[in-house]
Amino acid sequence: MNAIKDSLVITKRQLLQLARVPEVLIFSTIQPVMFVLLFRYVFGGSIETGQPGGYVQLLMPGIFVQTVAFTLAATASGLAEDMKKGLIDRFRSLPISRSALIVGRTLGDSLLNIVVLAVMGMAGYLVGWRPTSGLLKVALAFLFLLFFGYALSWVGIYIGLSARDARVVQNVSFLVTFPLTFLSNAFAPTTGMPRPLQYVAEWNPVSTMVAACRQLFGLENQFGATAGSFPSENPLTMSFIYMGLIMIVFVPMSVKKYKNASN
Amino acid sequence: MKTVIAENLVKTYNKGKVKALDGLSLDVEEGTVLSVLGPNGAGKTTTVRILATLLAPDSGRASVGGIDVIAHPEKVREVIGLSGQYAAVDETLTGWDNLVMFGRLYHLNKNAAIKRAEDLLEQFSLTESAKRPIKTYSGGMRRRLDLAASLIVKPKVLFLDEPTTGLDPRGRQEMWGVIEELVKGGVTLLLTTQYLEEADQLADDIIVIDHGKVIAHGTSDALKKEVGGERLEVVVEQSSIPKTLEIVSRVSGNQATLDEGLRRISAPVSTGSMALMEVLRSMDSEGIHALDVGLKRPSLDDVFMSLTGHAAEVEEVTK
Repeated sequence: MNAIKDSLVITKRQLLQLARVPEVLIFSTIQPVMFVLLFRYVFGGSIETGQPGGYVQLLMPGIFVQTVAFTLAATASGLAEDMKKGLIDRFRSLPISRSALIVGRTLGDSLLNIVVLAVMGMAGYLVGWRPTSGLLKVALAFLFLLFFGYALSWVGIYIGLSARDARVVQNVSFLVTFPLTFLSNAFAPTTGMPRPLQYVAEWNPVSTMVAACRQLFGLENQFGATAGSFPSENPLTMSFIYMGLIMIVFVPMSVKKYKNASN
Repeated sequence: MKTVIAENLVKTYNKGKVKALDGLSLDVEEGTVLSVLGPNGAGKTTTVRILATLLAPDSGRASVGGIDVIAHPEKVREVIGLSGQYAAVDETLTGWDNLVMFGRLYHLNKNAAIKRAEDLLEQFSLTESAKRPIKTYSGGMRRRLDLAASLIVKPKVLFLDEPTTGLDPRGRQEMWGVIEELVKGGVTLLLTTQYLEEADQLADDIIVIDHGKVIAHGTSDALKKEVGGERLEVVVEQSSIPKTLEIVSRVSGNQATLDEGLRRISAPVSTGSMALMEVLRSMDSEGIHALDVGLKRPSLDDVFMSLTGHAAEVEEVTK
């Protein structure tokens, strides 16, 4: 019981931080909205989608997944900062559950994702995004995105606790998230890529996530090299498998790292 | 009763390449202040981190408040307060936010956490800045808030790791005042410092450590005695130096030393003020006028010098 309460105190700390420095929230929503507008109007005209409603329909699921993946960097650098400042030492000297601090932070990051996704959804709507699958499936898609973000924040925790220097964290996080999001179906169809790359791109968890979201928003998915394979036939199931794997690997690793954390 | 006990602590880093602690032992009597004095890298922070359950030693035993640190770290955490070298509070939050948050983490209910936060802010003269973010605080205010955060639930044992490193003289004085008040309140305190003056001012008992080992132990007075008794110092005009050297050497029984720049002659003496009187009488009969004269007890700097063969390296650590 106390472990849950302790985690919530930490989550509240994160919300208080946002209230004290509202710029953080403002900029973490402006950036994805900027991506929506840039991709929509820069690539939108030249990418032939063959889908009703145009590029923006394909783009939005891709950008949702990308944005959620990028919050990994915020998780990691927040934690690295706490390490550097000695806050982790203080928390570890308190009579609280050892996982409270990291569980609390992953919850806080999910709350931040809710806000960011809501603002992006509205921005998408303004530039022509119209999911056709009905309210329930759209809600499911968002829930699904939140789970993905939650699983990834454990990767962020691990990176944040492992970094020797907070300045490196941002770079390392982007080194993970950038190739993952661009070597996927998020912004352009994989069918135009060299064939070997298509395999990588289509098995990429980001791709299965994007494909699953597209399915939930009522779109047809196109696959090249892997058409007919398990991930392309069952993107939703495959995504859940990936999320499960991420958590199975990174939750225990992060908790262990936290226990032995030292700056 | 010994509230803190450490026996033969060994801790190595980098797979045994760096020996941080090399069989360190110490104990702190209930209600007293032990100062762990040593230069950077001597093992002070490692010692505190082990006692505060943040780090497991490679070997050795330690207990705090009668509880074994290695076997029951979670119980130890209930009786200790730790305030580290770097202010470990959330800088984006206000002082009030921080203390309420830590109160909640000590499982006080909401009202009790608020009440305790307000009392502590009052006690540490931070009420006026309570609603400002910590990053607007001065170094001294930050340290006081950090200390307040470690006192939410009155701890049996308080660990202060270099509480005044990096503070300006005024901040240091204020911090000393706060710590002295706490000690009067009966807390058992283990304090690390690289300021010899600080150990002298605050501690009942001092251990000097270097390279992960205790190299001396005692009260401030005892340590100073160990280095040698008092020194007699006299400053005279240039022309009187040879004669005075002779007098001081004769009274001391040791060859007096001369600091030419300061025209100061000094020598160890064992008879204190008697020796001082004798030197002054002899100088008077020779018609030598003393510009300045006095008996100096050795400073802890001298203690350090004579124990380790090198001066205490006081580096300002700011991170």
